[in-house]
Amino acid sequence: MTTSGGWLARALRSGNFLIGAALSGTLALTALVSLFWTPKSATAISIPHRLTQPSGEFPLGTDHFGRDVLSMLMVGAQNSILVGVVAVGIGATLGIALGALASARRGWVEEVVMRLTDFSFAFPAILSAIMLTAILGPGTVNSIIAIGIFNIPLFARVTRGSANAIWAREFILAARAAGKGAFRITLEHVLPNIASVLIVQATIQFALAILAEAGLSYLGLGTQPPQPSWGRMLNEAQTMMFLAPRLAVFPGIAIALAVLGLNLLGDGLRDLFDPKLARKR
Amino acid sequence: MALLEVRDLSVEIATSRGTGFAVRGLNFALERGQTLGIVGESGCGKSMTALALMRLVPENARIGGAILFDGEDLAQADEARLCQIRGNRIAMIFQEPMTSLNPVHTIGRQIAEPLMMHRGLDAASARAEAIRLLDRVGIPEARRRVDSWPHQLSGGQRQRAMIAMALSCGPDILLADEPTTALDVTIQRQILTLIGDLVRDSGMSLILISHDLGVIAETVDSTVVMYGGMAVESGPTARVFAGLAHPYTQGLFAARPQLGQGAGKRLATIAGVVPDLVDLPAGCAFAGRCRLAVQACRVAPPAPQDLGLGHSAACLRLDAAREPAA
Amino acid sequence: MLLWTAIHGSHGIAAAIPREPIAVQIAAGAGVSVFLFRRFLTFLGTLVGASVVVFLVLEVLPGDPALIMLGTEAQADTLAALRKKLGLERPPLERYFDWIGGLVTGSLGMSHTYSVPVANLILERLQVTVPLAAMAITLSTALALALGLYAAARHNRPGDYGVMAFAQLGIAIPGFWFAILLVLLFAVVLGWFSAGGFPGWGDGFWPGFKSLILPASALALAQAAILSRVTRSSVLEVMREDYVRTARAKGLTRRRTLIRHVLRNALIPVVTIMGLQLSNLLTGTIIIESVFHLPGLGRLVFQAISQRDLPVVKDVVVLFAAMVVAINFLVDMLYAAIDPRLRLHDD
Repeated sequence: MTTSGGWLARALRSGNFLIGAALSGTLALTALVSLFWTPKSATAISIPHRLTQPSGEFPLGTDHFGRDVLSMLMVGAQNSILVGVVAVGIGATLGIALGALASARRGWVEEVVMRLTDFSFAFPAILSAIMLTAILGPGTVNSIIAIGIFNIPLFARVTRGSANAIWAREFILAARAAGKGAFRITLEHVLPNIASVLIVQATIQFALAILAEAGLSYLGLGTQPPQPSWGRMLNEAQTMMFLAPRLAVFPGIAIALAVLGLNLLGDGLRDLFDPKLARKR
Repeated sequence: MALLEVRDLSVEIATSRGTGFAVRGLNFALERGQTLGIVGESGCGKSMTALALMRLVPENARIGGAILFDGEDLAQADEARLCQIRGNRIAMIFQEPMTSLNPVHTIGRQIAEPLMMHRGLDAASARAEAIRLLDRVGIPEARRRVDSWPHQLSGGQRQRAMIAMALSCGPDILLADEPTTALDVTIQRQILTLIGDLVRDSGMSLILISHDLGVIAETVDSTVVMYGGMAVESGPTARVFAGLAHPYTQGLFAARPQLGQGAGKRLATIAGVVPDLVDLPAGCAFAGRCRLAVQACRVAPPAPQDLGLGHSAACLRLDAAREPAA
Repeated sequence: MLLWTAIHGSHGIAAAIPREPIAVQIAAGAGVSVFLFRRFLTFLGTLVGASVVVFLVLEVLPGDPALIMLGTEAQADTLAALRKKLGLERPPLERYFDWIGGLVTGSLGMSHTYSVPVANLILERLQVTVPLAAMAITLSTALALALGLYAAARHNRPGDYGVMAFAQLGIAIPGFWFAILLVLLFAVVLGWFSAGGFPGWGDGFWPGFKSLILPASALALAQAAILSRVTRSSVLEVMREDYVRTARAKGLTRRRTLIRHVLRNALIPVVTIMGLQLSNLLTGTIIIESVFHLPGLGRLVFQAISQRDLPVVKDVVVLFAAMVVAINFLVDMLYAAIDPRLRLHDD
């Protein structure tokens, strides 16, 4: 099948990819801008301004401490991205290493790795976070570790599955015949060939990490005040529900748009990497 | 009046590249108890013709022309009416017995289904009838086999079960689309014999679709040779095989594998490929591969020439085709 | 392949799980009974493993659990008393086997904050969490099957796009935010439900049931969204099968073909994902019970953490893990019920 135009042309025609990239780009840009500038301070308490309606001065109004909601949302984006990047980074690094090892060694190594990943599904992110915070106390770092650990088996499985398919290909045989070792083959041939699958997986795990972090922060197990986080904002908004229901709306929209954007980006990337599949759908 | 009369049947398929003409201007008639074969290479429109008769073409396909079954035009019938006819008065068996049975139902249940639906049988009598049918199609220990799952049967047995299912309501017409292609050679013979016996015993009509000239020659009364969605030659089977009027039929005949053929001799093939249904030539569809084609062949599709006794062929160069090949 | 990718790529939780397709395991030579037996061993092994991890993390790694429970300002004699009460002076291995023995016989530890047996607490809290999870599962499955079938039947038409848009949103919206929105609409604005709390089953079925409707809906949203996507792609895949054409050739109507021949085959991948989703649903109760202030198991473990009530945390976490593992084991059994190719046949 000929595809008219290259990768870029197809990207520009893919609705999923465009919307996903736009939303994810906005998220990243917001976090970046908030590092240097926010309309108001995101942490300064100002009792005279508490629970102000949206206005020119406070575009999304203020919360019960008089903090500017828009500024808090912007800084909250930093937090989401930080947790997402580090947790996915931990999960991807260890998970890809384990998956690639299982695929390269096969035999009992593969069996052990796979049973370990099977086993780890007994501890979903929230549950492992609860165990960790019971011992270490709540906080951003501990929630990152919990989500990161949860990500390891997901990456290990996907890596091992795709890598096994690559190991069965002929060019691997050629590389072995040339005397290359399993480690070099993995680095030079296997990983580059499964990179697209892993990128899609990482995008989607990123979205899940944001959801998980929001949940943990809502419970008070994640990011601690005064550092603004979207989940925590929702927790505080719930107590103000009768006074200022709008406070419960904006952080949720921020989370949903961030997750939606990353999921659409993942879907779009997968379609771009595998055009045949996109057409069949 | 013929049991089935197909007039100017066409099937157009909307694809991303434009409209594909899978069947064009097809005409044939089938009397009660008669057998008809449709033969051609894959992609010639023969399977699409069978699906069109059942009105089971894919969703992006449109049917034109008339399909007169017992005087009723199936091309115009509504879905509810078609559901009364399918499996009841016209039944069909397919090429792939391995995948044509539902893996999560027992074969007995699958055979009983049309009986309960069309004949209003209760579960017990439908089951008894299913056992009788399995026995009739030659499945040993039918009483035990009725509770088997499809994956427990061999390919030949599955095709027998498919035949039992098609026969269940005593249809007027049995449509068999390449019923033996997916089977071992020894099983092919048994299945064809079975179909032949059943047709003779029950007096139903048969439309047999095959790419195998040998199968067609032995099994059916009359034959339609299709190419590029059109009938290029049709008539009583004996006349068609004796005459081999159309250059395409000649090519098909020369290309068939034969027992006892010298090992050193290469199988003859027809040069070129089947035309693209989306991008059909203006003239005779076979002109691109025909050694006899002249300019006139490429202008318009040739009309069928009557060769007497119901035999006709759509070719401008019939005289030249009669000369032995150089 | 297509189906797997469709499931994978679309959302991450499911993406994780591709275990070996069961048919492959079976084809590898082992019979079905062997398959189920191996699964059962894995099930037991996972349970034991989970208990070891919980024990290590909560009792061994911290060094002195009593110190964690009481804080660093605790008096030396209070600490010593608690250590004695928890039996911490004994070697870890002995304590582990004591704990496991207790779990098996149902005599769990004592809650530090409530001073009641953990078993009583758990039994009481299960009366909320089990009905809540059951309602959410029923709701999400019914919704997902209906939406998925509807979308598949209207493939590439507006109805299909509508369902797919709903699914994308349902996956992106955090369950607890949806819960807050439900409370805003139905409790604050309309006043049809209370904003939270649980009256207990003492006043009859309806008051308790009513207080679980909003929480169950909030839990069900994400599951329904994911499952409807899986159902849709699975149904679309099955509709291309030859035996569906056979069914139509027998004279079955579209609807009847869908229900009698497509649905059951399409359920096989749906059940796989459902099993995996159920574990998310179960842990989802931890957050949702907090949103609605429901006295369930999730809220129990969450409160136990704030109060550093380690015996409760330990038992409830291992109970959650056991439920997750048990669900996945049950799903494996369900396959055999759906797919006759997995049942035991000797011939």
